[in-house]
Amino acid sequence: MGSRLAEEGILTMAVAAQVLRSEWTKIKSVRSTVWTLGLALVVTVALGALISALAKKDFDRLDPQGKIEFDPTFVSFAGMGLGQLALIVFGVLVVSNEYSTGMIRTSLAAVPQRATFLFSKITIATLLAFTVGMITSFAAFFTGQAMLGIHRASLGDPGVLRAVIGGGLYMTLITVFSMGVATMLRSPMLALGILMPFFFLISAILGNVSATKKVGRYLPDQAGQKVMQVVTVGDDAPYGPWGGFAIMTLWVVAALIGGYAVLARRDA
Amino acid sequence: MIEAVGLTKRYGAKTAVHNLTFQVRPGAVTGFLGPNGSGKSTTMRMILGLDVPSAGRVTIGGQPFHKLPNAPRQVGALLDAKAVHGGRSARMHLLSLAQLSGIPARRVDEVLGVVGLQDVARKRSKGFSLGMGQRLGIAAALLGDPQVLLFDEPVNGLDPEGILWVRNLMKGLAAEGRTVFVSSHLMSEMALTADHLIVIGRGQLMADMSVKDFISANSAGFARVRTPDGEVAAREKLTTALVEAGAQVLSEQDGALRVTGLALPRISDIAHDVDTRLWELSPHQASLEEAYMRMTQGAVDYRSTQDQRAGLQAPPAQHGWQQPAAAPQGWAEQAYPVLPGEQPNPYAQPVAAPQAPAPAAPAAPTTPRPPGPLRRARPPT
Repeated sequence: MGSRLAEEGILTMAVAAQVLRSEWTKIKSVRSTVWTLGLALVVTVALGALISALAKKDFDRLDPQGKIEFDPTFVSFAGMGLGQLALIVFGVLVVSNEYSTGMIRTSLAAVPQRATFLFSKITIATLLAFTVGMITSFAAFFTGQAMLGIHRASLGDPGVLRAVIGGGLYMTLITVFSMGVATMLRSPMLALGILMPFFFLISAILGNVSATKKVGRYLPDQAGQKVMQVVTVGDDAPYGPWGGFAIMTLWVVAALIGGYAVLARRDA
Repeated sequence: MIEAVGLTKRYGAKTAVHNLTFQVRPGAVTGFLGPNGSGKSTTMRMILGLDVPSAGRVTIGGQPFHKLPNAPRQVGALLDAKAVHGGRSARMHLLSLAQLSGIPARRVDEVLGVVGLQDVARKRSKGFSLGMGQRLGIAAALLGDPQVLLFDEPVNGLDPEGILWVRNLMKGLAAEGRTVFVSSHLMSEMALTADHLIVIGRGQLMADMSVKDFISANSAGFARVRTPDGEVAAREKLTTALVEAGAQVLSEQDGALRVTGLALPRISDIAHDVDTRLWELSPHQASLEEAYMRMTQGAVDYRSTQDQRAGLQAPPAQHGWQQPAAAPQGWAEQAYPVLPGEQPNPYAQPVAAPQAPAPAAPAAPTTPRPPGPLRRARPPT
């Protein structure tokens, strides 16, 4: 029995290695990969730099409380709210392209082990999103701090390195969350139609209206962004940076479980 | 060897495939025929483990698909030629599939050569014609050099040269001892390609036999008889005599008679008895396409109606002739065999009980149209 399990384990590993190679070929051979990931980087860095420059100009006009709450690190990540939309498109397309083209049938006929297929596929896209996310986060930080001039923070300051790495992780998790949702919904239009307005509008509205604020801060993006903040004066969130990150991780895990459940049960 | 036992698939209230039992043997091309929507693709998806049967099972070499070790090396399939990311080049598409199955990259270039796409291998498949897409799909099926091959409508969109190529490819694969299962809705194509036929209609098995048997069982023979032109009386006399001898007689457009139910020597004897010369007495076979249409006519999901053009045109003038009331004999009684262990198929009931010809009006001046299978008289309900 034990050797049988070991054999199956080795087989699964071999299949996973094949899916990883295949998915890498797939992901690098479509233009949408370069477009979405490139856009995420450019938008996040450029918008962060712009807002950092404006923040420097306005800093002197802030009231004393505003000056205390000023978080140069978080300001340089201001472009992420828009840049993450490109990552959502990337995540959705990686998964739902299989369904919209019908490739999923060929893929699942080749790899009947659906769990191995799905999670290997998500792994490749996640590694790519992680790489791009980290580059984006560091680039946004350094460009933003350069714009902030004398008000800048440096990587050595307490909490700053954690916030910058957290920015890369945040972008990674947003992508994985989108892939989970896309696996559940299958249709790219449906997945984008739900995810884009949710992250661009609804989450922000829920988070800023006082009546819904307590609920809003448990949404994946608001909880996850906590890890990118350094100055938390005047912030009454009941969780710390890694606490927020853990909440976001739970959302991601839930989306993945949901996606797998749909894939495993439904006809392809 | 593909083996289906009691295979059934229901989508809600609609039964797509009902209690299919058949075997697909190696070393032969097995044609899988049925009208659009008869359950061919659903059956193929179940063979590949993509859809889970509601009842019954289907195995390949004795194992369900998902239990096959390294399935793509054993089973290759073309399900949908359009199931390709249009932004990906043909070569990258095949390479990703090869890597998925642990197939070396050089095999990709081999199959690209086999299907004749080597010159466009690096072009994005968005610009491919339907025929090129079919070739790409066939290349994907051949990647793993599998012993079992499934092709869903592989000749759709191919030009005559492409169709010939597919036909020879299938035959070649079968000659190498592989199991080749090809679906189509074109009987004429399958008659040329397949060795064995499995016919379904509305998800039910209608025939499972060799092409040869299918032809002899289904293509009803008839005789063409021509009396000398201009001798209308002689023709009417002969017609009456033939009908009295139990034949079904239809007039054809050119004035010849189409006689079913009597052997040629007997027709000759009768002609001799009534003292009529014959210009022609020749044996004919109804085409296979007609036999297939007859078998599945009750099982066509999408049927066109006559375009009445009500209000658009003046009503057509009444024709002086009538449709023959009944199908010729031999066309209907045993449209398909009931296999051991099979329920008789409700959709393949005898089409029209041959009615006794009215002796007073042996339909001499009738000019029936060629027997369009979908327009034939149906049993009164």
